[in-house]
Amino acid sequence: MAGLELLSDQGYRVDGRRAGELRKIQARMGVFAQADGSAYIEQGNTKALAVVYGPHEASGLRGIGGSRALPDRALVNCQYSSATFSTGERKRRPHGDRKSCEMGLQLRQTFEAAILTQLHPRSQIDIYVQVLQADGGTYAACVNAATLAVLDAGIPMRDFVCACSAGFVEGTALADLSHVEEAAGGPQLALALLPASGQIALLEMDARLHEDHLERVLEAAAQAARDVHTLLDHVVRQHVREASILLGD
Amino acid sequence: MASVALSEAEKVYIVHGVQVAAALLRNAAGTRVAGEEAGEDLRVDGRSCEDYRSVEVETDVVSNTSGSARVKLGHTDILVGVKAEMGTPKLEKPSEGYLEFFVDCSANATPEFEGRGGDDLGTEIANTLYRIFNNKSSVDLKSLCISPREHCWVLYVDVLLLECGGNLFDAISIAVKAALFNTRIPRVRVLEDEEGSKDIELSDDPYDCIRLSVENVPCIVTLCKIGYRHVVDATLQEEACSLASLLVSVTSKGVVTCMRKVGKGSLDPESIFEMMETSKRVGKVLHTSLQSILHKEESLGPKRQKVGFLG
Repeated sequence: MAGLELLSDQGYRVDGRRAGELRKIQARMGVFAQADGSAYIEQGNTKALAVVYGPHEASGLRGIGGSRALPDRALVNCQYSSATFSTGERKRRPHGDRKSCEMGLQLRQTFEAAILTQLHPRSQIDIYVQVLQADGGTYAACVNAATLAVLDAGIPMRDFVCACSAGFVEGTALADLSHVEEAAGGPQLALALLPASGQIALLEMDARLHEDHLERVLEAAAQAARDVHTLLDHVVRQHVREASILLGD
Repeated sequence: MASVALSEAEKVYIVHGVQVAAALLRNAAGTRVAGEEAGEDLRVDGRSCEDYRSVEVETDVVSNTSGSARVKLGHTDILVGVKAEMGTPKLEKPSEGYLEFFVDCSANATPEFEGRGGDDLGTEIANTLYRIFNNKSSVDLKSLCISPREHCWVLYVDVLLLECGGNLFDAISIAVKAALFNTRIPRVRVLEDEEGSKDIELSDDPYDCIRLSVENVPCIVTLCKIGYRHVVDATLQEEACSLASLLVSVTSKGVVTCMRKVGKGSLDPESIFEMMETSKRVGKVLHTSLQSILHKEESLGPKRQKVGFLG
C-alpha cells in the first residue's frame, strides 16, 4: 500500500471525505417480525444486521455446571458473525474463529455497561450481529446496529451506545475509517461511547501511537460517536412516530 | 428448524381447514358417513392448498460478490451471495467448472442456531442443493472452464438464512436461482508464453463479463402432507401439523431433477404420485413468475433504486 495517499494536501481522503467526516449512515429498526428486536445499519459500504432475543430464561448447560443464570442480573450473550461473502476474499467459516469470538466478547462487554441488567435477574439477553458487507468499521457498525436492536426489543438501557473508529495520519486524526484506510496499517482506535454522560464503554487501540497524539485521536472518535448518536436518535424517533401512526394515536 | 409451540386444538383447526370432504367424494351411495368432517380447501391465512405466500425478490444486494439475491417469502428471509473464484477443475471432469454450496443458518433466525447449533440443518440444505444441481443440464458447467485441466471458474454459492418462517427449501432455491441469474463472471483470456507458461489476463472493463443461463436451473417445491391432502408453501404452524413432506426439484419445463421425502411420518405411493403432479404444475407457474420478475428488474438497468433491508 506504499504510495497510496490517505490524506491529500488539500485535506481530502481517498473517498473524498474530510478528516472528521463520517460516511453516509442509513438505518432501520424492526427488520424482522419474529425476533424480539432487530435493526439494520449501513455505514458507507459496511452493512450490519443485529437481532435481539430476550430477556428470556437463561439456557444453561444442565448437568455440567447448572444453569448459567446470575441471581442478581441478566446475562448478556453476544455472537458476532460475518457472512462468507462479506469480505473481498471469501471467508471459510462465518463464525467460530478467533476474531469473531473476540468481537463477541467485546460486544458483550460494551452492552453489559449499557443495559440495565439488574432489572432482569436470572434471565438472558441474546444479541446476534451479522455483518453482510465489510468495508471497515465493522465493530462500530455492529455496536450501532445492536443499540437500535436492543431499543427495538424494548430492553431498558442507560443510554445509547454509539461507536466509531478513528485513525491518525500525518498529524491529523481521521474519523470513521474505511477498509482501505484500515489496511494501510496506521494506528486505529475503536471507541464505544454513552453520549449523554460521555462515559466510554469500550476503548481499543492497535499499532503504535505517540501518547501526545492520543488525546486528539480520542477526541475525534468521541465527536464522531456523538454525530452518530444524533443520527440514531433521529432513526428511533422516526420509527416510534411510524409505529404510533399505525396504532392510530 | 425453528420450532413453534402449537396446542392440539390449533393443530386440529389447521388440519380440518385443509382437508376436502373426502367422505362425501368417496362414498358412492351419496350418504354422508357419520363422523367425517367437511373441510373447505382454506388455510389459516386464506390461501388455497396450491398458493404461495407473497414473495419479494431483489438481486444485487451485496456489492462484494459476483452476484447476490435476497428473497422474502412470508416470514422466511434468505440472502444468497455468489463469488466466482479461479480454481483447478476436478480430476473426473477436466473441462468443466463447478459449484460449491455453503449454507449458514445464522443465529438471527432462532437462538437454537447459535454456535454450532445451525450446522446440522445447514449441511442438510447444502447436500440437497448439491443433489438438485448434480446433473448435466441445470447449469452449463463447460462455460465455466478457462483452460482444460488447469484453470476453471468455481462458483461459491453461500446461502445465509436470516429468518425462518417455514418452507426453507423453496425460498433457498428461488434465491439461488435469482443469484445465479445476477452473477457476472469477468471475461478472461489465456496468453501463452514462448516457454509455454500460461498467463491469465482479466478484462479491464468491469462490464465485460459472461452471464450464466438459468433457463434450466431447478426450483424446489415442498409439499407437506396435512391430513389427507398436501399443501404447497407451508408456514411454521402448518409444518408442525404435518408428519411427512416431499421435496421435488422441478425445472421450468416441468422436468423433475430430484425428489426426496423428509419427515418422521410415512407416505403411501398414491400420494407420492399425486404430489409429483402437483409439484410439476406449481413449479411451472413459479418459474414463469420468477423469470418475468427477474427480467423486469434487469430491464430497470443500473439506475434502479436498491432497497435491500432498508425498505
